[in-house]
Amino acid sequence: MEIARVPVRRIGARLAEGIDTTLLVLMLSLSMLGFLALFSASYDTPSRVASQAMNLGVALAAMWLVAQVHPQTMMRFAVPAYVIGLAFLVAVALFGDVVNGARRWLHVGVTRFQPSEMMKLALPLMLAWYFHKHETSLKLRNFAVSALLLIVPLGLIARQPDLGTAALVGAAGFYVIFFAGLSWRVMGTIAGLGIVSLFPLWGMLHGYQRRRVLTLLDPSTDPLGAGYHIIQSTIAVGSGGLWGKGWLNGTQAHLEFIPERHTDFIFAVFSEEFGLIGNIVLLVLYFLLVGRGLYIAANAATVFARLLAGAISLMFFTYAFVNMGMVSGILPVVGVPLPFLSYGGTALLTLFIGAGILMSVHRYRKLVQT
Amino acid sequence: MRGSEIRNSEVELQQFQTRVGIAGFAVLIAFGLLAVRFLWLQVLQHDVYQAKAEDNRISIVPVTPNRGLIVDRNGVVVARNYSGYTLEIYPRRVKNIERTIDDLTEYVDITTRDRVRFRKLLQETRNAESLPVKNRLSDEEVAKFAANRFRFEGVEIRARLFRQYPFGDVGSHVLGYLGRINTQDQQKLEDEGVGANYRGTDYIGKAGVEAAYEAELHGTTGFEQVEIDAAGRGIRTLSRTASQPGNNLSLELDMRLQQVAEIAFGDRRGALVAIDPSSGGVLALVSKPGFDPNLFVDGIDPQYWAELNGSIDKPLNNRAISGLYPPGSTIKPYLALAALETGKRRPSATIFDPGYFDFGGRRFRDDKKGGHGVVDMYKSIVDSCDTYYYHLSNDMGIETIARFLGPFGFGSKSGIDLAGEFAGVLPSPEWKMKRFAKQPAQQKWFPGETISIGIGQGYHSYTPLQLAQAMAMLATGGTMYKPRLIAHIDNPRTGEHRELPSEVLHTIPLRRDNVEFIKRAMAGVNKEGTSQRAFAKVEYSVGGKTGTAQVIAIKQGEKYEEQKVAERHRDHSLYIAFAPVDSPRIALAVVVENGGFGARAAAPLARTVLDYFMLGKVPAGMDQPAPEIDSGNEEDESD
Repeated sequence: MEIARVPVRRIGARLAEGIDTTLLVLMLSLSMLGFLALFSASYDTPSRVASQAMNLGVALAAMWLVAQVHPQTMMRFAVPAYVIGLAFLVAVALFGDVVNGARRWLHVGVTRFQPSEMMKLALPLMLAWYFHKHETSLKLRNFAVSALLLIVPLGLIARQPDLGTAALVGAAGFYVIFFAGLSWRVMGTIAGLGIVSLFPLWGMLHGYQRRRVLTLLDPSTDPLGAGYHIIQSTIAVGSGGLWGKGWLNGTQAHLEFIPERHTDFIFAVFSEEFGLIGNIVLLVLYFLLVGRGLYIAANAATVFARLLAGAISLMFFTYAFVNMGMVSGILPVVGVPLPFLSYGGTALLTLFIGAGILMSVHRYRKLVQT
Repeated sequence: MRGSEIRNSEVELQQFQTRVGIAGFAVLIAFGLLAVRFLWLQVLQHDVYQAKAEDNRISIVPVTPNRGLIVDRNGVVVARNYSGYTLEIYPRRVKNIERTIDDLTEYVDITTRDRVRFRKLLQETRNAESLPVKNRLSDEEVAKFAANRFRFEGVEIRARLFRQYPFGDVGSHVLGYLGRINTQDQQKLEDEGVGANYRGTDYIGKAGVEAAYEAELHGTTGFEQVEIDAAGRGIRTLSRTASQPGNNLSLELDMRLQQVAEIAFGDRRGALVAIDPSSGGVLALVSKPGFDPNLFVDGIDPQYWAELNGSIDKPLNNRAISGLYPPGSTIKPYLALAALETGKRRPSATIFDPGYFDFGGRRFRDDKKGGHGVVDMYKSIVDSCDTYYYHLSNDMGIETIARFLGPFGFGSKSGIDLAGEFAGVLPSPEWKMKRFAKQPAQQKWFPGETISIGIGQGYHSYTPLQLAQAMAMLATGGTMYKPRLIAHIDNPRTGEHRELPSEVLHTIPLRRDNVEFIKRAMAGVNKEGTSQRAFAKVEYSVGGKTGTAQVIAIKQGEKYEEQKVAERHRDHSLYIAFAPVDSPRIALAVVVENGGFGARAAAPLARTVLDYFMLGKVPAGMDQPAPEIDSGNEEDESD
């Protein structure tokens, strides 16, 4: 017995090494809520729950692996990841598959994937690396270069067109630049210019993108078309009330009024069944998660680590905010999954790898004297 | 150098941590914003969204009530419902309707007629949920289709109630028929404020009793609350308000009598109305040719509709209430009575009939060449002496005649509970003024016109119903009842029983001995007069009067010769009768179009009908009382 217990404990200790319990508990709590909602949404396809459990397993393994990697080592991957990502994006623009009018997918062997997903981590990685390199002599010029590094992939993604991902990738990049210390004056100027440029930008938008924005402003103008998603999900949220209709009792979800109820709109299912109380719990969990990430960033050892950790933390926030805002009808419908709750392997993988990076940053927060 | 670097990085770190703090604060604000949004939606606006969610998931599905039955005075069912399966296409869910029908023929026998009818339905009813492409599926067809239904999106089998008329075309003008609710019907229902009660109902009474008593027959539509999914599929029933079946109607009509009369008509055109003089109940109401109302039930096929509509015989017209005919000599008893009542004649007063009556340079001929010789009032009726009435009408004048005939219902609507009744024309100087309002030259009434009024020709034109009503009034000695088809209305659920009371429209104070005299004279018509052959060996007392109405005018000095005249230009044959003479139980009027002399066609027909009514004598060719139509499951009772 004694003999058997020792290796088990040692393996357990090895597994726990570098894992931030706070982060893990928060993420697993969110995932559990996700399983509840997914189970409810998958009354017709129960296999989805099992499939998501598998995704979670893979994501956890990836997180563990990444958590073992020293941030110093990660820096070496920054440039190649960014360049490869960029190459993929160019390839998509040239040879990608068109699905639903958007060219987003790239065939690699037997499977296909969205290179834009990869950019969600590759871009902050690259920018964090860049600022780390020029840590000592940061000038406005460096910010200009970083902006260029940001705009090129952003433009390619927006061209696909995939406005949602472009916004998220852009946000991730911006967070790095923000944490790197871009002066408020410059940010103010850019924001001002941005607002002014909204008008010509409006003219460049695709028809469906414009409609999405317009139906956001008044969904009832197109109740059976573009407004349908927002109207139905808002009804689901609103009819949930304070305590919710109870698990598995959501009528909007179970009678198929909620579109994409497993993925982008799973929050509607959750919110209908668990009500305001459930939503507050969810918000608190996200806030704690983001807060923990920002805490890790604030205590990080290097510029690279702190910029990366800060950007990743705010990415978690961005996903959660944009998705919940969209489902509850205050943001336009963009294809953003709800972190840890939406069904889908890729998004989960990205999130847990991001968490792995945070854990690694936390683990190596003290500058090691070599 | 090293120091400044460290200091620099410390400043940087501090700056970074400030920004982390700012970011954390921004996150808090953003999540706070979401929380406010959730509070708004889930607490403050909860009721609104709750209601919307309920609206989403709950659909109100109408439960169609069973239509009331129609039975005759003996309780014989003359209109009922049976349930059958129909194959229905939901046009909005089917991409290529023609292809779908082609594919369906593999499993269900869909004829060209079915297709034509379906196309017509599709054109006429734009907003229909579903339309039947084939009615009355056999069990085998139902099974075959059910096994292959996955191949047919938007095609479903539905169980429906169909109206059925076991007697076929017998009594078709009384019963009328059902037809699909069209746009005008819908508008009318909306205007009457009963549109909601017709949700789920596809058919409505279009003619006859079915139309006149639609409100009684239809019943109250029930409602089911059904939970539906986003695609509109029913998931489960949440609550149910049962439908209330329509009321059952009991006719005054005797369907066997009706059948006897219709068989007696054979292929001849015309009309017969028989009335119970003591109540105004309509015992039989025939209009020939008729139609088979069963053919309207499934949506009539266009070819048959065209035949009905285009036929020169006008089978869809109810001749009994809308056919207008000159009364011919059937008017004579009323004129005789008028003369007695006004004191213009005593019964014993005679005239000499040389066979004609000269007036204003015109010679009015009697039907009998050489005349009837000495004629008193009794003989004038029994032998139908024209000359007697030429004199009589000339003596009385048009005003007196019109004033006397008016209360007998001539020239005014009887108010029968059927749509489409005509008023006809009771000629008078006032009527002529109005009729020729735009031709002043023709407005004046000429005394010569009064002469032919005396023998029921000229401007007279009445419906067979009016002739029967007048007969009934004479038979009662002066009481006019409103004719009615329905005796009582019963609610099949509550058992509530409503008698429709007979309604006296008015009475005229006729002298009893005058009425008796006319009735005796009319009995004489059958014993020793114009219709004695038709009523040979009659075993009950019956009064009658023959009539012959000209279809085309005969030039003066020209003799009407039947053989020379085209069939449709031949005279109409008329007959009015009542029986028994002392306390009449039936009064009737018969018109046989182009039947020639009244004694030839109409009187024997009346004899057949009266024999059945008085003696229960069933004519040959009527062995089956009620032809049963194979109906599968009957659905007479309602839930």
